[in-house]
Amino acid sequence: MRAVFRWISEHPSVSIVAFFAILPFIVPYKALATQVLVYGLFAVGFNLLYGYTGLLSFGHAAYFGLGAYGTGITLAKLGWPSVWLALAVGIAAAGAGGAIVGFFALRRRGIYFAMLTLAFAQLLYFIAFHLSDLTGGDDGLRGIPKLTLGLFGWQISLDNPVSFHYFALFWVALAVFGLRRILDSPFGTVLAAIRENGDRAQACGYDVTRIKQLSFVFSAIFTGLAGALDALRITVVPVEALYWTTSGQAVIMTLLGGAGTFFGPFVGAGTYLVLQDRLSLIIESWPLVIGVLFMSFVLFLPKGIWGTLSPKIPGVSTRDSS
Amino acid sequence: MPDLSLSAIAAQLFTGLVLGGILVLLAIGLSLIFGLMGVVNFAHGSLYMLGAYFGFFLWGLTRSYWAALIIAPLMVGLVGVIVERSMIQRLYGRGPDDPLLLTFGLSLALVEAVKLVWGKIGLTLDPPAQLAGAIDLGFMKFPAFRLLVIAITALVLIGLWLFLEKTNIGLIVRAGARDPLMVRALGINLDRVWLLVFGLGIAMAGLAGILAGPLRGVYAEMGVEIIIECFVVVVVGGMGSLLGAVVAGLLIGEVVSVTSFFAPKMAEIVVFLVMAVVLLVRPSGLFGEPGLAE
Repeated sequence: MRAVFRWISEHPSVSIVAFFAILPFIVPYKALATQVLVYGLFAVGFNLLYGYTGLLSFGHAAYFGLGAYGTGITLAKLGWPSVWLALAVGIAAAGAGGAIVGFFALRRRGIYFAMLTLAFAQLLYFIAFHLSDLTGGDDGLRGIPKLTLGLFGWQISLDNPVSFHYFALFWVALAVFGLRRILDSPFGTVLAAIRENGDRAQACGYDVTRIKQLSFVFSAIFTGLAGALDALRITVVPVEALYWTTSGQAVIMTLLGGAGTFFGPFVGAGTYLVLQDRLSLIIESWPLVIGVLFMSFVLFLPKGIWGTLSPKIPGVSTRDSS
Repeated sequence: MPDLSLSAIAAQLFTGLVLGGILVLLAIGLSLIFGLMGVVNFAHGSLYMLGAYFGFFLWGLTRSYWAALIIAPLMVGLVGVIVERSMIQRLYGRGPDDPLLLTFGLSLALVEAVKLVWGKIGLTLDPPAQLAGAIDLGFMKFPAFRLLVIAITALVLIGLWLFLEKTNIGLIVRAGARDPLMVRALGINLDRVWLLVFGLGIAMAGLAGILAGPLRGVYAEMGVEIIIECFVVVVVGGMGSLLGAVVAGLLIGEVVSVTSFFAPKMAEIVVFLVMAVVLLVRPSGLFGEPGLAE
């Protein structure tokens, strides 16, 4: 057992991809597996900024929504039937949004950052709400087609839930390997230095604001990819994708799973979505249960599920939770 | 083209003053609690919402808006005191993110709890019958209840100023905000003073809620909508600055009111543009000190 745990902790990216490759066959219905995968990526994007850089954003709905609308509008309104192009547009929109908001929000440090990111996300929500010709407004953006991918002579229909799951997994795998690469690079080490002591990192000669901005843009890109995949998954972009409650979901998932850990966002997304799935059958006010659970986590388990469990598992290196 | 007569514009400016007054009551409590305890209370808006619902409940019980106006803020203040003692107190010393996250969770839970008790559909809270009409101010007619909101806001602000500047406890509050360690060394129990100020700030949010109820309706999401405007007020005015909260609150109230007169769709958006401009020109806010809360 110990060897298995050690292998998992030494190959975190491969483990995540392997886990999601078999997940559709474990859960009661396949759609849940894909949802956990996509929202896990959303939480990964948030976690890069909060868990690894120490910046609490309450506005990640903005990049999730930009990714979703960018992809959705390309397919539904502009009529370019290329999934690859649509995803690229979504990711670019989210990255650009992250660069602009980052420029403003990073003018103020500390507690202002949370308020500013929230305010800018809400601004975007109101803009999307009123630009109904482009975004569908209150009704949401409809008419995103389920396309067929031509890949090396194969024809893969994204209409099939299983093939869509593996299509999404391909992107999440790229993102997770990319994130591991970022975190293991000297840049990742500087991020940790900024999280632990920004003034000291500054004194060591690092351009802290510029590095934070870069981390913000990376975070927005991961989040935008999640939003883009979600638009393809449900073939509609509700305007609530940009609402503050969506930002709140990323915050809750990441903290439930364990901020600043590699597996935490996926653990949190899984916990949140399974709870939602089960609880909504029993009681109508399931968000009340999640709200209270979240409060107890902040009070008593601030490291989250994975952050609390992983040091107790034999063979798991502490690098992951540090 | 909208009606550009003098009385129409004056009415719009007064409406801005009403909205601004409610924002000031909220932002000043938010700023006071932050300045003293370093806690950004995300649930401030939800406690404002609770004030409106408690007001509705008490109005049904007593059939008197006036009784509700006095008791509801006290009840909300009590909720605030219980929250501070049972939860927020545990987080002192953990950095400012944790209280923000906790009160975010509280905010979600309160919205759902209110829906569970009072239902998902919004309620209507009528202004007191004596103030249902309009008063002729000479140059225009203005709803009497809105004038009451302006008057109460002004009275509360004067009362708060007298409390902070002229009383012994106010002196302790100001000293505690500047140097808590020194105040403690002088043998003063700061925890009790903090609790008092926390309760006071929350009660002001409750008061804002019951005043806003007859104007904007009573519904579960009313608090989360206004907390975002309050954050904008605090960013524009400067966190921890009470004068900043007053000036920025009135400014945002007027900007929203005047914009909704000329271009209703822009009213929600222009608030954030004001914030972006202030951030570019004066990053620490109109009255904020650079470095505070960073």
